[in-house]
Amino acid sequence: MPLFYERKQLVTPGDLLAEGDYMTGDNTYKDDDKIYASRVGLVDYEDRKVYVVALKAFYIPSVGDTVIGKVVELGTSGWTIDVNAPYLAMLQASDVMDRPFRPRTSDLPSIFDVGDVIIAKIVAYNRTRDPLLTVREPGLGKIMRGTLVKITPTKIPRVIGRKGSMVSMIKRETECQITIGQNGLILISGKTPEDERLAVMALHKIEEESHTSGLTDRVTEMLRKKKEGVEHAQKKN
Amino acid sequence: MPQKKPEKLIEENDVRIDGRKLDELRPVKIEVGVLANADGSAYIEQGKNKILAAVYGPKEVHPRHLALPDRAVLRCRYHMAPFSVEERKSPAPSRREIELSKVIREALEPSVFVEYYPRTSIDIFIEVLQADGGTRCAGLTVASLALADGGIPMRDLVVACAAGKVDGRFVLDLSDLEDKGGEADVPLALMPNLNAITLLQMDGSLMIDEFEKVVNLALDGCRRLYTFQKEALKLKYIAVKEAVEE
Repeated sequence: MPLFYERKQLVTPGDLLAEGDYMTGDNTYKDDDKIYASRVGLVDYEDRKVYVVALKAFYIPSVGDTVIGKVVELGTSGWTIDVNAPYLAMLQASDVMDRPFRPRTSDLPSIFDVGDVIIAKIVAYNRTRDPLLTVREPGLGKIMRGTLVKITPTKIPRVIGRKGSMVSMIKRETECQITIGQNGLILISGKTPEDERLAVMALHKIEEESHTSGLTDRVTEMLRKKKEGVEHAQKKN
Repeated sequence: MPQKKPEKLIEENDVRIDGRKLDELRPVKIEVGVLANADGSAYIEQGKNKILAAVYGPKEVHPRHLALPDRAVLRCRYHMAPFSVEERKSPAPSRREIELSKVIREALEPSVFVEYYPRTSIDIFIEVLQADGGTRCAGLTVASLALADGGIPMRDLVVACAAGKVDGRFVLDLSDLEDKGGEADVPLALMPNLNAITLLQMDGSLMIDEFEKVVNLALDGCRRLYTFQKEALKLKYIAVKEAVEE
């Protein structure tokens, strides 16, 4: 029952990862008793499970996820939201309103209009049904200010870090508030545009170098260096 | 620069018109992730061929009625730029391009897990910027890379290569001149790890034993191209890793 790659090795679709009594994890598939990769990524093992951490993928909705999306269409009883997934999500008007929803008297565009960006949570989704959203929870709803960053959804766990070590470090260093959507969109709101720019830079660095080790330290170092540069420039003026 | 039709395509010492040996591939250069706006993209130069491929999706299908309830629809457009050939080609899709689009789609479909994403479409665009024979094969090779770059789950990469018979000799990876002046051309697409052929065509005529030899030659060409293909796909990530971990 051999394994053909070492942990954290880069593989491409079709690479034979293992043969014999193993289980398939993410981004792999089984043919007879052979396990192959189905995406570009890094192999890893967990007991008898073989999986690939993808380096690029798209977002697949999952119930309970917090996502950031853009309103693309106004319907008669709700909104259609683009959540950066293969499927458009629905947000029902009755979900937003306290009183019973009446299509004739309620003015939907005054709540959310086309182009608005919202934070929402997925309450229902399966193969046959488009994702359904809700905004009835604290922290959800329309985004009024801040900077949006889009990264590959598979790298969200890397951005969060072990027990949130990476985000909390960025929050601390840049003094920004960061809201992470599981769909790869991240909202940053800081006191100054410079702070936000720093956080954006950090996120892009994480996305690009997600498959390397010692990343948290390198990002911290970069942020400290850049911050000094900004302060220096401000003193000059 | 009009090409004159030469008397002989292969010299006595087994050297081909462009200086290659009989079983030699044209020089290949592949790059992955060249377009920022596409979900996945790749570019190939194989000899004088220059081809760009872009992949979008999976996303909602437009028009809506084409959506399938149990799997994604794979759509493919093979297109040659008006300036890709010597005589200006009309930009409208020709009969040949429509057929090649279908053939390429059918060669890629077995490699993609279309059943994972019902009610969506995956759109592939193959744009031939400069053509010199074997564009369907090179187009297939890049399109497969663009799919992989787009993060679309696949059973295997698809790699394609042609072999044929020219001046009575078996040759690999035919150029435009050899294709037009030769006796037969056999384009073949392969999923190398699964050892499955997804495209097999023949233009011209061959004896049964000759056909077998040509197919084996093309298979060998595919396997050699596959190493370049794989390298190109990994290169993007390896370069970053080496830069930060020096």
